[in-house]
Amino acid sequence: MSNLDSNSGAGSRAFDIDAIRADFPILQRKVNGQDLVYLDNAASSQKPSQVIQSLVDYYEQTNSNVHRGVHTLSIEATDAYELARTKVAKFINAPRSEEVIWTRNTSESLNLVAATWAEANVGEGDNIVITAMEHHSNIVPWQQLAFKKGAELRYLSHNDDGVIDLDGASSVIDSRTKLVAATHMSNVLGTINPIAKLAELAHAVGAVILVDAAQSVPHMPVDVQALDADFLCFSAHKMLGPTGIGVLWGRYDLLDAMPPYMFGGDMILEVTYEDANWNDLPYKFEAGTPNIADAIATGAAVDYLSELGMDKVWQHEQELTAYAMEQVLSLGNVRVLGPQDPALRGGVISFIHESIHPHDLGTALDQQGIAIRTGHHCAMPLVRSFDVVAAARASFYIYNTKSEVDALVNGISETEGYFSR
Amino acid sequence: MTGGMSGLGDMDELYEAIILDHYRSPRNTAPVEEADVDLEVNNPFCGDEFHIQLKVEDDAVSQVGITGRGCAISQASASLLAELVEGKSSAEVRAAVDAVRRLLKGEEITDEEADILGDIEALGGVRKFPVRIKCALLSWVGLDDALKEHLAK
Ligand SMILES: Cc1ncc(COP(=O)(O)O)c(C=O)c1O
Repeated sequence: MSNLDSNSGAGSRAFDIDAIRADFPILQRKVNGQDLVYLDNAASSQKPSQVIQSLVDYYEQTNSNVHRGVHTLSIEATDAYELARTKVAKFINAPRSEEVIWTRNTSESLNLVAATWAEANVGEGDNIVITAMEHHSNIVPWQQLAFKKGAELRYLSHNDDGVIDLDGASSVIDSRTKLVAATHMSNVLGTINPIAKLAELAHAVGAVILVDAAQSVPHMPVDVQALDADFLCFSAHKMLGPTGIGVLWGRYDLLDAMPPYMFGGDMILEVTYEDANWNDLPYKFEAGTPNIADAIATGAAVDYLSELGMDKVWQHEQELTAYAMEQVLSLGNVRVLGPQDPALRGGVISFIHESIHPHDLGTALDQQGIAIRTGHHCAMPLVRSFDVVAAARASFYIYNTKSEVDALVNGISETEGYFSR
Repeated sequence: MTGGMSGLGDMDELYEAIILDHYRSPRNTAPVEEADVDLEVNNPFCGDEFHIQLKVEDDAVSQVGITGRGCAISQASASLLAELVEGKSSAEVRAAVDAVRRLLKGEEITDEEADILGDIEALGGVRKFPVRIKCALLSWVGLDDALKEHLAK
Protein backbone atom coordinates (compact mmCIF):
# COMPACT_ATOMS: atom_id res chain seq x y z
CA MET A 1 0.00 0.00 0.00
CA SER A 2 2.64 2.47 1.00
CA ASN A 3 4.85 3.70 -1.76
CA LEU A 4 7.71 5.56 -0.25
CA ASP A 5 9.55 6.41 -3.42
CA SER A 6 6.59 7.94 -5.23
CA ASN A 7 6.66 11.69 -5.46
CA SER A 8 3.66 11.99 -3.19
CA GLY A 9 5.39 10.37 -0.22
CA ALA A 10 7.92 12.53 1.52
CA GLY A 11 6.75 16.13 1.14
CA SER A 12 8.68 19.36 1.55
CA ARG A 13 6.48 21.17 4.05
CA ALA A 14 6.50 20.54 7.79
CA PHE A 15 3.31 18.98 9.15
CA ASP A 16 2.43 21.98 11.31
CA ILE A 17 -1.20 21.56 12.32
CA ASP A 18 -1.73 25.24 13.22
CA ALA A 19 -0.35 26.36 9.88
CA ILE A 20 -2.49 23.76 8.11
CA ARG A 21 -5.64 24.87 9.93
CA ALA A 22 -4.91 28.48 9.03
CA ASP A 23 -5.15 27.48 5.35
CA PHE A 24 -8.81 26.45 5.71
CA PRO A 25 -11.09 29.50 5.90
CA ILE A 26 -14.14 27.44 6.85
CA LEU A 27 -12.51 26.32 10.09
CA GLN A 28 -12.96 29.90 11.32
CA ARG A 29 -16.72 29.77 11.20
CA LYS A 30 -19.13 29.09 14.01
CA VAL A 31 -21.90 26.54 13.78
CA ASN A 32 -24.82 27.00 16.14
CA GLY A 33 -22.70 29.47 18.05
CA GLN A 34 -19.85 26.98 18.57
CA ASP A 35 -16.48 26.49 16.90
CA LEU A 36 -16.89 24.17 13.95
CA VAL A 37 -15.49 20.69 14.56
CA TYR A 38 -15.66 19.09 11.12
CA LEU A 39 -15.57 15.31 11.35
CA ASP A 40 -17.37 14.39 8.14
CA ASN A 41 -14.35 14.19 5.89
CA ALA A 42 -15.19 10.81 4.43
CA ALA A 43 -18.25 12.46 2.88
CA SER A 44 -16.36 15.50 1.62
CA SER A 45 -13.29 17.38 2.79
CA GLN A 46 -12.87 21.10 3.34
CA LYS A 47 -10.82 23.19 0.91
CA PRO A 48 -7.68 25.21 1.62
CA SER A 49 -7.35 28.79 0.32
CA GLN A 50 -4.77 27.53 -2.19
CA VAL A 51 -7.49 25.50 -3.91
CA ILE A 52 -10.15 28.18 -3.62
CA GLN A 53 -7.70 30.76 -4.98
CA SER A 54 -6.82 28.57 -7.94
CA LEU A 55 -10.50 28.64 -8.95
CA VAL A 56 -10.62 32.40 -8.61
CA ASP A 57 -7.35 32.83 -10.52
CA TYR A 58 -8.58 30.61 -13.31
CA TYR A 59 -11.82 32.52 -13.78
CA GLU A 60 -10.15 35.93 -13.37
CA GLN A 61 -7.04 35.31 -15.46
CA THR A 62 -7.25 32.30 -17.73
CA ASN A 63 -10.88 31.38 -18.40
CA SER A 64 -11.31 30.00 -21.90
CA ASN A 65 -12.11 26.74 -23.64
CA VAL A 66 -9.42 24.09 -24.02
CA HIS A 67 -7.97 22.21 -26.99
CA ARG A 68 -9.68 24.36 -29.57
CA GLY A 69 -8.17 27.79 -29.89
CA VAL A 70 -4.97 29.35 -31.06
CA HIS A 71 -5.40 32.36 -28.83
CA THR A 72 -3.40 32.96 -25.67
CA LEU A 73 -6.13 32.27 -23.13
CA SER A 74 -7.07 28.99 -24.73
CA ILE A 75 -3.43 27.92 -24.84
CA GLU A 76 -2.94 28.86 -21.18
CA ALA A 77 -6.14 27.13 -20.11
CA THR A 78 -5.16 23.99 -22.04
CA ASP A 79 -1.69 23.98 -20.49
CA ALA A 80 -3.08 24.40 -16.97
CA TYR A 81 -5.71 21.71 -17.54
CA GLU A 82 -3.12 19.25 -18.86
CA LEU A 83 -0.62 20.15 -16.15
CA ALA A 84 -3.22 19.22 -13.54
CA ARG A 85 -3.61 15.83 -15.24
CA THR A 86 0.15 15.33 -15.05
CA LYS A 87 0.13 16.19 -11.35
CA VAL A 88 -2.58 13.63 -10.67
CA ALA A 89 -0.68 11.00 -12.68
CA LYS A 90 2.45 11.62 -10.66
CA PHE A 91 0.47 11.59 -7.40
CA ILE A 92 -0.71 8.02 -7.99
CA ASN A 93 2.46 7.00 -9.82
CA ALA A 94 0.67 6.34 -13.11
CA PRO A 95 3.09 5.33 -15.87
CA ARG A 96 1.50 7.77 -18.35
CA SER A 97 -0.58 10.88 -17.82
CA GLU A 98 -2.86 9.91 -20.76
CA GLU A 99 -4.14 7.17 -18.46
CA VAL A 100 -5.75 9.81 -16.23
CA ILE A 101 -9.30 10.58 -17.34
CA TRP A 102 -11.31 13.37 -15.79
CA THR A 103 -14.83 12.40 -14.75
CA ARG A 104 -17.37 13.99 -12.43
CA ASN A 105 -16.64 11.78 -9.42
CA THR A 106 -15.87 8.23 -8.32
CA SER A 107 -19.40 7.15 -9.22
CA GLU A 108 -19.01 8.32 -12.80
CA SER A 109 -15.60 6.66 -13.08
CA LEU A 110 -17.14 3.36 -11.97
CA ASN A 111 -20.08 3.74 -14.32
CA LEU A 112 -17.70 4.50 -17.17
CA VAL A 113 -15.86 1.21 -16.66
CA ALA A 114 -19.16 -0.68 -16.30
CA ALA A 115 -20.60 0.83 -19.48
CA THR A 116 -17.51 0.38 -21.64
CA TRP A 117 -14.95 -2.18 -20.50
CA ALA A 118 -17.39 -4.45 -18.69
CA GLU A 119 -20.03 -4.07 -21.39
CA ALA A 120 -17.50 -5.40 -23.90
CA ASN A 121 -15.83 -8.02 -21.72
CA VAL A 122 -18.39 -9.58 -19.38
CA GLY A 123 -20.74 -12.17 -20.86
CA GLU A 124 -23.33 -14.70 -19.81
CA GLY A 125 -22.07 -17.10 -17.17
CA ASP A 126 -19.10 -14.89 -16.29
CA ASN A 127 -18.82 -13.39 -12.84
CA ILE A 128 -17.86 -10.11 -11.23
CA VAL A 129 -16.44 -10.22 -7.73
CA ILE A 130 -16.80 -7.35 -5.29
CA THR A 131 -16.47 -7.15 -1.51
CA ALA A 132 -19.37 -7.08 0.92
CA MET A 133 -18.21 -3.67 2.17
CA GLU A 134 -18.63 -1.60 -0.99
CA HIS A 135 -20.24 1.81 -1.30
CA HIS A 136 -23.48 1.71 -3.33
CA SER A 137 -21.50 3.28 -6.18
CA ASN A 138 -19.39 0.15 -6.45
CA ILE A 139 -22.33 -2.26 -6.12
CA VAL A 140 -25.19 -1.00 -8.24
CA PRO A 141 -23.36 -0.59 -11.59
CA TRP A 142 -22.20 -4.23 -11.33
CA GLN A 143 -25.62 -5.49 -10.23
CA GLN A 144 -27.18 -3.81 -13.24
CA LEU A 145 -24.53 -5.12 -15.58
CA ALA A 146 -24.90 -8.65 -14.19
CA PHE A 147 -28.69 -8.52 -14.71
CA LYS A 148 -28.23 -7.32 -18.25
CA LYS A 149 -25.55 -9.83 -19.22
CA GLY A 150 -26.77 -12.85 -17.30
CA ALA A 151 -23.54 -12.69 -15.33
CA GLU A 152 -23.15 -13.45 -11.64
CA LEU A 153 -22.25 -10.91 -8.97
CA ARG A 154 -20.21 -12.51 -6.19
CA TYR A 155 -19.14 -11.11 -2.85
CA LEU A 156 -15.94 -11.52 -0.89
CA SER A 157 -16.83 -11.93 2.76
CA HIS A 158 -15.19 -10.39 5.80
CA ASN A 159 -15.00 -11.35 9.45
CA ASP A 160 -16.76 -9.58 12.35
CA ASP A 161 -13.91 -7.10 12.48
CA GLY A 162 -14.48 -6.19 8.85
CA VAL A 163 -11.30 -7.86 7.58
CA ILE A 164 -11.54 -9.59 4.18
CA ASP A 165 -11.28 -13.36 4.14
CA LEU A 166 -8.42 -13.84 1.70
CA ASP A 167 -8.47 -17.64 1.93
CA GLY A 168 -12.11 -17.60 0.92
CA ALA A 169 -11.32 -15.15 -1.87
CA SER A 170 -9.27 -17.71 -3.75
CA SER A 171 -12.34 -19.89 -4.16
CA VAL A 172 -14.73 -17.04 -4.99
CA ILE A 173 -12.46 -15.73 -7.74
CA ASP A 174 -12.39 -18.40 -10.44
CA SER A 175 -11.83 -19.00 -14.12
CA ARG A 176 -15.13 -17.27 -15.03
CA THR A 177 -14.22 -14.11 -13.10
CA LYS A 178 -13.75 -11.16 -15.41
CA LEU A 179 -13.50 -8.36 -12.89
CA VAL A 180 -12.64 -7.94 -9.22
CA ALA A 181 -13.80 -4.55 -7.95
CA ALA A 182 -12.85 -3.67 -4.38
CA THR A 183 -12.68 -0.63 -2.20
CA HIS A 184 -9.18 0.23 -1.06
CA MET A 185 -10.52 1.61 2.19
CA SER A 186 -14.05 1.13 3.47
CA ASN A 187 -15.98 4.35 4.05
CA VAL A 188 -17.87 2.65 6.89
CA LEU A 189 -15.47 0.23 8.56
CA GLY A 190 -12.21 2.02 7.84
CA THR A 191 -10.79 -1.34 6.75
CA ILE A 192 -7.84 -1.14 4.40
CA ASN A 193 -8.14 -3.98 1.95
CA PRO A 194 -5.22 -6.06 0.61
CA ILE A 195 -5.50 -4.79 -2.96
CA ALA A 196 -2.15 -6.11 -4.19
CA LYS A 197 -3.12 -9.60 -3.02
CA LEU A 198 -6.54 -9.36 -4.65
CA ALA A 199 -4.82 -8.17 -7.82
CA GLU A 200 -2.66 -11.26 -7.75
CA LEU A 201 -5.72 -13.51 -7.40
CA ALA A 202 -7.52 -11.64 -10.17
CA HIS A 203 -4.60 -11.69 -12.56
CA ALA A 204 -3.98 -15.38 -11.92
CA VAL A 205 -7.36 -16.14 -13.53
CA GLY A 206 -7.01 -13.52 -16.25
CA ALA A 207 -9.40 -11.06 -14.59
CA VAL A 208 -8.97 -7.33 -14.23
CA ILE A 209 -8.91 -5.50 -10.89
CA LEU A 210 -10.63 -2.19 -10.27
CA VAL A 211 -9.90 -0.22 -7.11
CA ASP A 212 -12.39 2.17 -5.55
CA ALA A 213 -9.84 4.53 -4.08
CA ALA A 214 -12.31 7.26 -3.04
CA GLN A 215 -11.22 6.86 0.59
CA SER A 216 -7.57 5.96 0.07
CA VAL A 217 -6.09 8.43 -2.40
CA PRO A 218 -7.01 11.39 -0.13
CA HIS A 219 -5.40 9.85 2.94
CA MET A 220 -2.46 7.60 2.14
CA PRO A 221 0.24 7.16 -0.48
CA VAL A 222 -1.32 5.26 -3.37
CA ASP A 223 0.78 3.80 -6.16
CA VAL A 224 -1.18 2.17 -8.96
CA GLN A 225 1.89 0.21 -10.07
CA ALA A 226 2.72 -1.13 -6.61
CA LEU A 227 -0.93 -2.17 -6.23
CA ASP A 228 -0.80 -3.79 -9.67
CA ALA A 229 -4.21 -2.24 -10.31
CA ASP A 230 -5.93 -2.10 -13.70
CA PHE A 231 -8.46 0.64 -12.92
CA LEU A 232 -8.56 3.07 -10.01
CA CYS A 233 -11.26 5.64 -9.23
CA PHE A 234 -11.45 8.62 -6.88
CA SER A 235 -13.12 12.00 -6.31
CA ALA A 236 -11.39 15.35 -5.89
CA HIS A 237 -13.92 16.65 -3.37
CA LYS A 238 -12.73 14.19 -0.74
CA MET A 239 -9.09 15.28 -1.12
CA LEU A 240 -9.23 19.08 -0.70
CA GLY A 241 -10.38 19.62 -4.27
CA PRO A 242 -13.64 20.98 -5.67
CA THR A 243 -16.88 19.08 -6.18
CA GLY A 244 -17.85 18.00 -9.67
CA ILE A 245 -14.58 16.40 -10.66
CA GLY A 246 -13.11 12.95 -10.27
CA VAL A 247 -10.61 10.63 -11.85
CA LEU A 248 -10.57 7.34 -13.63
CA TRP A 249 -7.12 5.92 -14.01
CA GLY A 250 -6.73 2.82 -16.17
CA ARG A 251 -3.96 0.86 -17.84
CA TYR A 252 -3.22 2.31 -21.23
CA ASP A 253 -3.82 -0.91 -23.16
CA LEU A 254 -7.20 -1.46 -21.48
CA LEU A 255 -8.37 2.12 -21.99
CA ASP A 256 -7.15 2.13 -25.54
CA ALA A 257 -9.17 -0.99 -26.41
CA MET A 258 -12.35 0.26 -24.72
CA PRO A 259 -15.24 1.79 -26.65
CA PRO A 260 -16.05 5.44 -25.81
CA TYR A 261 -18.45 6.30 -22.99
CA MET A 262 -20.03 9.46 -24.37
CA PHE A 263 -19.95 10.96 -27.80
CA GLY A 264 -19.46 14.55 -28.88
CA GLY A 265 -16.87 17.23 -29.30
CA ASP A 266 -13.24 16.65 -28.30
CA MET A 267 -13.59 12.87 -28.19
CA ILE A 268 -13.48 12.49 -31.96
CA LEU A 269 -10.60 12.60 -34.37
CA GLU A 270 -12.54 12.93 -37.57
CA VAL A 271 -16.24 13.16 -38.30
CA THR A 272 -17.93 12.73 -41.66
CA TYR A 273 -21.63 12.77 -42.37
CA GLU A 274 -21.49 8.98 -42.36
CA ASP A 275 -19.20 8.08 -39.48
CA ALA A 276 -16.63 9.18 -36.94
CA ASN A 277 -13.48 7.84 -35.37
CA TRP A 278 -12.15 8.36 -31.91
CA ASN A 279 -9.53 10.64 -30.54
CA ASP A 280 -6.52 9.32 -28.61
CA LEU A 281 -6.42 8.84 -24.88
CA PRO A 282 -7.42 10.51 -22.66
CA TYR A 283 -9.66 12.59 -24.93
CA LYS A 284 -11.61 9.61 -26.19
CA PHE A 285 -13.29 9.59 -22.78
CA GLU A 286 -13.71 13.35 -22.36
CA ALA A 287 -16.60 14.34 -24.62
CA GLY A 288 -17.55 17.99 -24.66
CA THR A 289 -16.09 20.96 -22.79
CA PRO A 290 -14.56 19.47 -19.66
CA ASN A 291 -14.64 20.78 -16.11
CA ILE A 292 -11.56 22.91 -16.71
CA ALA A 293 -11.58 25.08 -13.60
CA ASP A 294 -12.13 22.17 -11.23
CA ALA A 295 -9.48 20.04 -12.92
CA ILE A 296 -6.98 22.85 -12.41
CA ALA A 297 -8.06 23.23 -8.79
CA THR A 298 -7.61 19.48 -8.34
CA GLY A 299 -4.03 20.05 -9.41
CA ALA A 300 -3.75 22.65 -6.64
CA ALA A 301 -5.17 20.14 -4.14
CA VAL A 302 -2.62 17.55 -5.25
CA ASP A 303 0.14 20.15 -4.86
CA TYR A 304 -1.06 20.89 -1.34
CA LEU A 305 -1.08 17.23 -0.32
CA SER A 306 2.23 16.52 -2.06
CA GLU A 307 3.92 19.38 -0.24
CA LEU A 308 2.80 17.91 3.06
CA GLY A 309 3.69 14.43 1.88
CA MET A 310 1.19 11.59 1.92
CA ASP A 311 3.32 9.63 4.39
CA LYS A 312 2.88 12.41 6.91
CA VAL A 313 -0.82 12.80 6.11
CA TRP A 314 -1.30 9.08 6.74
CA GLN A 315 0.78 9.14 9.92
CA HIS A 316 -1.22 12.05 11.30
CA GLU A 317 -4.49 10.25 10.64
CA GLN A 318 -3.22 6.99 12.09
CA GLU A 319 -2.29 8.75 15.33
CA LEU A 320 -5.60 10.55 15.47
CA THR A 321 -7.55 7.37 14.73
CA ALA A 322 -5.75 5.37 17.42
CA TYR A 323 -6.45 8.17 19.90
CA ALA A 324 -10.09 8.49 18.84
CA MET A 325 -10.72 4.73 19.05
CA GLU A 326 -9.32 4.68 22.56
CA GLN A 327 -11.33 7.72 23.67
CA VAL A 328 -14.62 6.70 22.09
CA LEU A 329 -14.38 3.14 23.41
CA SER A 330 -13.56 4.47 26.87
CA LEU A 331 -17.13 5.78 27.02
CA GLY A 332 -18.06 2.16 27.65
CA ASN A 333 -21.41 2.13 25.88
CA VAL A 334 -20.25 2.57 22.32
CA ARG A 335 -19.41 -0.11 19.78
CA VAL A 336 -17.01 0.72 16.95
CA LEU A 337 -17.55 -1.12 13.67
CA GLY A 338 -14.61 -2.48 11.70
CA PRO A 339 -11.08 -3.46 12.71
CA GLN A 340 -10.47 -2.94 16.41
CA ASP A 341 -6.74 -2.64 15.74
CA PRO A 342 -6.15 0.96 14.59
CA ALA A 343 -3.18 -0.17 12.52
CA LEU A 344 -5.54 -2.05 10.18
CA ARG A 345 -7.78 0.89 9.43
CA GLY A 346 -7.98 4.43 8.21
CA GLY A 347 -9.44 7.52 9.83
CA VAL A 348 -13.10 6.56 9.65
CA ILE A 349 -14.82 5.54 12.86
CA SER A 350 -18.39 4.31 12.61
CA PHE A 351 -19.96 3.69 15.95
CA ILE A 352 -23.18 2.74 17.61
CA HIS A 353 -24.25 4.03 20.99
CA GLU A 354 -26.18 1.51 23.01
CA SER A 355 -29.05 3.85 23.80
CA ILE A 356 -28.85 6.96 21.61
CA HIS A 357 -29.99 6.67 18.00
CA PRO A 358 -27.41 8.04 15.52
CA HIS A 359 -29.80 10.74 14.31
CA ASP A 360 -30.47 12.05 17.78
CA LEU A 361 -26.73 12.01 18.41
CA GLY A 362 -26.06 13.78 15.10
CA THR A 363 -28.52 16.54 15.91
CA ALA A 364 -27.17 16.95 19.46
CA LEU A 365 -23.56 17.11 18.26
CA ASP A 366 -24.52 19.59 15.55
CA GLN A 367 -25.91 21.83 18.27
CA GLN A 368 -22.41 21.72 19.72
CA GLY A 369 -20.82 22.63 16.37
CA ILE A 370 -19.64 19.07 15.70
CA ALA A 371 -20.35 17.69 12.22
CA ILE A 372 -20.53 13.91 11.94
CA ARG A 373 -22.36 11.70 9.48
CA THR A 374 -25.29 9.53 10.48
CA GLY A 375 -27.26 6.92 8.59
CA HIS A 376 -26.37 4.04 6.31
CA HIS A 377 -23.35 5.77 4.70
CA CYS A 378 -24.37 4.60 1.23
CA ALA A 379 -23.62 1.04 2.26
CA MET A 380 -27.01 -0.31 3.29
CA PRO A 381 -26.27 -4.04 2.98
CA LEU A 382 -23.06 -3.65 4.96
CA VAL A 383 -24.56 -1.60 7.79
CA ARG A 384 -27.46 -4.06 8.01
CA SER A 385 -25.02 -6.96 8.24
CA PHE A 386 -23.99 -5.58 11.62
CA ASP A 387 -27.60 -5.90 12.69
CA VAL A 388 -28.14 -2.18 12.87
CA VAL A 389 -29.86 0.12 10.42
CA ALA A 390 -27.80 3.21 11.00
CA ALA A 391 -24.53 4.27 12.54
CA ALA A 392 -22.79 7.48 13.49
CA ARG A 393 -19.48 8.15 11.76
CA ALA A 394 -16.60 10.47 12.58
CA SER A 395 -13.92 10.76 9.91
CA PHE A 396 -10.69 12.70 10.03
CA TYR A 397 -8.37 14.66 7.82
CA ILE A 398 -5.18 16.67 7.95
CA TYR A 399 -6.65 19.58 9.91
CA ASN A 400 -8.29 17.56 12.69
CA THR A 401 -6.77 17.56 16.14
CA LYS A 402 -6.85 15.52 19.33
CA SER A 403 -8.74 18.33 21.01
CA GLU A 404 -11.45 17.94 18.35
CA VAL A 405 -11.61 14.24 19.21
CA ASP A 406 -12.00 15.31 22.84
CA ALA A 407 -14.82 17.64 21.79
CA LEU A 408 -16.54 14.72 20.08
CA VAL A 409 -16.23 12.44 23.09
CA ASN A 410 -17.35 15.19 25.40
CA GLY A 411 -20.23 15.92 23.05
CA ILE A 412 -21.37 12.31 23.21
CA SER A 413 -21.26 12.45 27.03
CA GLU A 414 -23.25 15.69 27.04
CA THR A 415 -25.83 14.04 24.79
CA GLU A 416 -26.07 11.06 27.13
CA GLY A 417 -26.65 13.51 29.95
CA TYR A 418 -29.33 15.26 27.96
CA PHE A 419 -31.29 12.13 27.13
CA SER A 420 -31.05 10.64 30.60
CA ARG A 421 -32.36 13.72 32.39
CA MET B 1 -31.38 18.23 35.07
CA THR B 2 -33.77 20.38 33.05
CA GLY B 3 -33.39 21.86 29.57
CA GLY B 4 -31.05 24.58 28.39
CA MET B 5 -27.88 22.65 29.07
CA SER B 6 -24.81 24.56 28.10
CA GLY B 7 -23.74 23.93 24.54
CA LEU B 8 -26.80 21.94 23.55
CA GLY B 9 -28.35 24.94 21.87
CA ASP B 10 -31.87 24.53 20.55
CA MET B 11 -32.20 20.89 21.56
CA ASP B 12 -35.11 21.61 23.87
CA GLU B 13 -37.19 22.94 21.01
CA LEU B 14 -36.88 19.61 19.27
CA TYR B 15 -36.97 17.34 22.28
CA GLU B 16 -39.77 18.82 24.34
CA ALA B 17 -40.55 17.09 27.60
CA ILE B 18 -43.61 15.43 26.10
CA ILE B 19 -41.52 14.04 23.23
CA LEU B 20 -38.92 12.61 25.57
CA ASP B 21 -41.68 11.10 27.67
CA HIS B 22 -43.24 9.29 24.72
CA TYR B 23 -39.78 8.22 23.51
CA ARG B 24 -38.95 6.67 26.87
CA SER B 25 -42.36 5.11 27.50
CA PRO B 26 -44.07 4.50 24.19
CA ARG B 27 -47.85 3.93 24.38
CA ASN B 28 -49.85 1.08 22.89
CA THR B 29 -47.00 -1.24 22.03
CA ALA B 30 -48.90 -4.49 22.63
CA PRO B 31 -49.52 -6.52 19.48
CA VAL B 32 -53.11 -6.51 18.17
CA GLU B 33 -54.72 -9.92 17.59
CA GLU B 34 -56.39 -10.32 14.21
CA ALA B 35 -55.61 -6.79 13.16
CA ASP B 36 -57.59 -5.32 10.27
CA VAL B 37 -54.72 -3.06 9.28
CA ASP B 38 -51.23 -4.46 9.59
CA LEU B 39 -48.29 -2.73 7.99
CA GLU B 40 -44.59 -2.09 8.18
CA VAL B 41 -43.33 1.38 7.40
CA ASN B 42 -39.71 2.22 7.04
CA ASN B 43 -37.42 4.98 6.00
CA PRO B 44 -34.50 3.34 4.23
CA PHE B 45 -32.60 6.60 4.42
CA CYS B 46 -32.22 6.39 8.18
CA GLY B 47 -33.28 2.82 8.81
CA ASP B 48 -36.22 3.66 11.05
CA GLU B 49 -38.97 1.07 10.87
CA PHE B 50 -42.34 0.62 12.56
CA HIS B 51 -44.96 -2.06 12.66
CA ILE B 52 -48.45 -0.55 12.87
CA GLN B 53 -51.54 -2.64 13.63
CA LEU B 54 -55.13 -1.45 13.94
CA LYS B 55 -58.40 -3.10 14.71
CA VAL B 56 -61.26 -1.24 13.04
CA GLU B 57 -64.82 -1.83 14.24
CA ASP B 58 -67.82 0.10 12.92
CA ASP B 59 -65.48 2.53 11.19
CA ALA B 60 -63.69 3.33 14.43
CA VAL B 61 -60.21 2.31 15.53
CA SER B 62 -60.88 0.10 18.51
CA GLN B 63 -57.34 -1.06 19.12
CA VAL B 64 -53.88 0.03 18.04
CA GLY B 65 -50.43 -1.45 18.45
CA ILE B 66 -47.19 0.11 17.29
CA THR B 67 -43.69 -1.23 17.74
CA GLY B 68 -40.47 -0.44 15.99
CA ARG B 69 -37.11 1.15 16.15
CA GLY B 70 -35.92 4.56 15.26
CA CYS B 71 -34.72 7.84 16.63
CA ALA B 72 -36.35 9.62 19.56
CA ILE B 73 -38.44 11.75 17.21
CA SER B 74 -39.82 8.91 15.11
CA GLN B 75 -40.50 6.79 18.18
CA ALA B 76 -42.22 9.59 20.08
CA SER B 77 -44.23 10.47 17.00
CA ALA B 78 -45.39 6.87 16.56
CA SER B 79 -46.38 6.71 20.21
CA LEU B 80 -48.31 9.99 19.99
CA LEU B 81 -50.06 8.59 16.93
CA ALA B 82 -50.94 5.39 18.79
CA GLU B 83 -52.45 7.43 21.56
CA LEU B 84 -54.42 9.67 19.26
CA VAL B 85 -56.02 7.18 16.91
CA GLU B 86 -57.55 4.93 19.54
CA GLY B 87 -61.35 5.31 19.41
CA LYS B 88 -61.27 7.68 16.44
CA SER B 89 -63.33 7.24 13.29
CA SER B 90 -61.44 6.86 10.05
CA ALA B 91 -62.48 10.39 9.05
CA GLU B 92 -61.12 11.76 12.31
CA VAL B 93 -57.88 9.89 11.85
CA ARG B 94 -57.54 11.26 8.32
CA ALA B 95 -58.17 14.77 9.62
CA ALA B 96 -55.49 14.30 12.27
CA VAL B 97 -52.97 13.01 9.73
CA ASP B 98 -53.71 16.03 7.60
CA ALA B 99 -53.25 18.38 10.54
CA VAL B 100 -49.93 16.76 11.46
CA ARG B 101 -48.69 17.12 7.90
CA ARG B 102 -49.54 20.80 7.89
CA LEU B 103 -48.08 21.34 11.36
CA LEU B 104 -44.77 19.82 10.29
CA LYS B 105 -44.72 21.78 7.05
CA GLY B 106 -45.02 24.94 9.07
CA GLU B 107 -48.50 25.82 7.80
CA GLU B 108 -51.08 27.49 10.03
CA ILE B 109 -53.35 25.09 11.83
CA THR B 110 -56.84 26.01 12.99
CA ASP B 111 -57.92 26.08 16.65
CA GLU B 112 -60.07 23.09 15.91
CA GLU B 113 -57.05 21.20 14.60
CA ALA B 114 -54.99 22.24 17.59
CA ASP B 115 -57.68 20.66 19.75
CA ILE B 116 -57.46 17.42 17.81
CA LEU B 117 -53.69 17.37 18.05
CA GLY B 118 -53.30 18.18 21.75
CA ASP B 119 -49.85 16.97 22.87
CA ILE B 120 -48.91 16.25 19.29
CA GLU B 121 -48.33 19.94 18.74
CA ALA B 122 -45.02 19.37 20.51
CA LEU B 123 -43.83 17.69 17.30
CA GLY B 124 -43.90 21.14 15.69
CA GLY B 125 -40.40 21.69 17.12
CA VAL B 126 -38.94 19.70 14.23
CA ARG B 127 -39.70 22.56 11.87
CA LYS B 128 -36.44 24.14 13.01
CA PHE B 129 -34.64 20.92 12.10
CA PRO B 130 -35.83 20.27 8.54
CA VAL B 131 -33.81 17.08 8.07
CA ARG B 132 -35.74 15.55 10.96
CA ILE B 133 -39.23 16.25 9.59
CA LYS B 134 -39.39 12.88 7.87
CA CYS B 135 -38.60 11.19 11.20
CA ALA B 136 -41.72 12.78 12.66
CA LEU B 137 -43.85 12.02 9.60
CA LEU B 138 -42.93 8.40 9.05
CA SER B 139 -45.64 6.63 11.04
CA TRP B 140 -48.33 9.16 10.04
CA VAL B 141 -47.71 8.69 6.35
CA GLY B 142 -47.79 4.92 6.87
CA LEU B 143 -51.05 5.10 8.76
CA ASP B 144 -52.60 7.27 6.09
CA ASP B 145 -51.67 4.80 3.34
CA ALA B 146 -52.89 1.86 5.38
CA LEU B 147 -56.23 3.44 6.12
CA LYS B 148 -56.76 4.36 2.49
CA GLU B 149 -56.08 0.77 1.56
CA HIS B 150 -58.39 -0.55 4.25
CA LEU B 151 -61.24 1.74 3.24
CA ALA B 152 -60.83 0.74 -0.40
CA LYS B 153 -61.40 -2.92 0.51
C1 LIG C 1 -15.67 4.20 -0.88
C2 LIG C 1 -16.46 5.17 -1.69
N1 LIG C 1 -16.74 4.89 -2.97
C3 LIG C 1 -17.43 5.73 -3.74
C4 LIG C 1 -17.90 6.93 -3.26
C5 LIG C 1 -18.68 7.82 -4.17
O1 LIG C 1 -18.02 9.01 -4.38
P1 LIG C 1 -18.75 10.16 -5.19
O2 LIG C 1 -20.01 10.45 -4.45
O3 LIG C 1 -17.79 11.31 -5.14
O4 LIG C 1 -19.00 9.65 -6.56
C6 LIG C 1 -17.64 7.26 -1.94
C7 LIG C 1 -18.12 8.54 -1.39
O5 LIG C 1 -19.00 8.66 -0.59
C8 LIG C 1 -16.91 6.36 -1.13
O6 LIG C 1 -16.67 6.63 0.14
